[in-house]
Amino acid sequence: MTNLIIWPVLIPLLTGILLLFAPKRVVFQRGLSTVSAAVLLVVNIFIVFTVQQQGIQTLQLGGWQPPFGIVLVTDMLAALLITAAAVVSLPILVFSIYSIGKERERFYFYAFYQFLIAGVMGAFITGDIFNLFVFFEVMLISSYILIVHGGTKKQLRESFKYVLVNVISSAFFVVGVAYLYAVTGTLNMAQLSERIGSLDTGAPILSVIAVLFLIVFGLKGALFPLYFWLPASYAAPPSPIAAIFGALLTKVGIYSIFRTYSMIFTHDTAFTHQLLGILAALTMIIGVIGAVAHQDVKKILVYNVIVAVGFVLFGVSTMTETGYMGAIFYLFHDIIIKGALFLMIGAMITVAGSTHLKEMGGLIKYHPRLGWMFFTAVMALVGVPPLSGFIGKLMLVQGGAEAGQYWIIAVMMASSLLVLYSMIRIFLKGFYGKIKLEKADQYGTTKGLLLPCAFLLTVSVLIGVGAEAVYPLAATAAETLYEPQIYIDAVLKE
Amino acid sequence: MKSNDVILQTATNIVLFIVLMFSVFIFFNGHHEPGGGFIGGLMTSSAVVLLLLAYDLETVKRVLPFDFKIVTAAGLLTAVATGMGSFLFGEPFLSQTYDYFTFPVLGELELATALLFDIGVYLVVIGITLTIIQTIGEDR
Repeated sequence: MTNLIIWPVLIPLLTGILLLFAPKRVVFQRGLSTVSAAVLLVVNIFIVFTVQQQGIQTLQLGGWQPPFGIVLVTDMLAALLITAAAVVSLPILVFSIYSIGKERERFYFYAFYQFLIAGVMGAFITGDIFNLFVFFEVMLISSYILIVHGGTKKQLRESFKYVLVNVISSAFFVVGVAYLYAVTGTLNMAQLSERIGSLDTGAPILSVIAVLFLIVFGLKGALFPLYFWLPASYAAPPSPIAAIFGALLTKVGIYSIFRTYSMIFTHDTAFTHQLLGILAALTMIIGVIGAVAHQDVKKILVYNVIVAVGFVLFGVSTMTETGYMGAIFYLFHDIIIKGALFLMIGAMITVAGSTHLKEMGGLIKYHPRLGWMFFTAVMALVGVPPLSGFIGKLMLVQGGAEAGQYWIIAVMMASSLLVLYSMIRIFLKGFYGKIKLEKADQYGTTKGLLLPCAFLLTVSVLIGVGAEAVYPLAATAAETLYEPQIYIDAVLKE
Repeated sequence: MKSNDVILQTATNIVLFIVLMFSVFIFFNGHHEPGGGFIGGLMTSSAVVLLLLAYDLETVKRVLPFDFKIVTAAGLLTAVATGMGSFLFGEPFLSQTYDYFTFPVLGELELATALLFDIGVYLVVIGITLTIIQTIGEDR
């Protein structure tokens, strides 16, 4: 029982509210947002250490005992993810200060950015399925505003589809929650886990509900075949907004699948997890096909977001502790590296004035630091040891082998190679090759844009090199998911 | 189009106060009985909408010279601050308490901290609905 774990939601929420009072004071908006993002990062790191030392932290909102009230639960998985989210939110904010433009800044950009972060934080730490829906909505409504913010023609067209898809999936979410409540009589995740875990035989109705939730979270998290809306809509908004979407929004969907499929829907794993594994493999395949096929740098990266969804969910589908650990590691790594890559691509686009690879070329002559940082980030994404992608993938493979899913491992390896090909193509064509733009012709400068990229890249490298230090944290997180009894005891037995 | 609004305007002048008073009644009626900040706020904003229909946007802006976006922000701040008030007493976020007080004229009343939260909700609802209506109304 501690109020500590509500702060990750309150800090961005309060900041957002304060920002609403003075929308036209750009300096105040920038300053307060940056300070708040930095404070959030510090608080979240503190929470990770608290959880590591004292175990799972819970907070009964309003003092209502679970399962009657809403309870917030920060286990290690949630603590790691809120930290990763805070790690990307700070540099993306700094990047947008330099690149988003005065017009957008004066129309509540920073306020809704903060509300988005509040929604993401809340979704990670809540211990109640209906409350998860509420935080999803907080996050989605802010994302509706951010995706259309600025109102260019492309944004208006894509945001319409985005809103439509998400509204429909939210409706399914409520239907799923209603079914779940009708069948089990509770929405508290710990109690759900307890009740469904004590079933002797697999109840078919629960499998239906499990698939319904897979559809809902799959739509938000871009799982095959529900990814169709993602590439166009994530490519529409300006780079910093695309970065925060690509780094965080799909991850919340993935996290929800992770949470529900590891702790709650364990009654008929032969069906549900087999389905999840197959869908994960198909997601990888579709993702790399898209990434290899496109010539537009934003599209290439957006399809790589989809590939990562496949990787993490494959780890979830293995149902082994190693697989879970790999999935957690990869999720953590992917939030950070995708944020870094989106920002670097954003800097490239600022310089080249176009998103098409044909218009770029030879950028490395005038932007060597950006070029080599991009190269390092690609290596980290693909998982060249000792960079951060390696450990996650290694454990995913181990977990897959323990579960005997060799064909999915093969798909994963093949798609990793194609991810490398798709990303290195940006490097070869965009940074190497014939110089398309002389210094005077460039459309913008990278002033202020490199520091945020460097920050994220440093964190990513540190995770890879210092994996020894991160390993016990991921192990604790995986243990809680593998043995939900720890979670149940922390929530229900005070 | 020039239409004659005399009947609507005369009726509005009287009905407005009835609607406003009822909205305040509904607002305080909340907590134990049907009512509360959300429905009270909606009713107050419907009174302003009636005013908008009977007169025009300029008149209403002169009568109610608030920036409704600031009203929304103030409401949000009130609600969150009420939730955080429990931190001072070492209670979990959003904890509430109540007590009975005796007032002159009104007699004994139950005062709950949830009322403060509800004032926040009330302000947010008014702020949001009127921002939306004014934005759409201005757009010709």
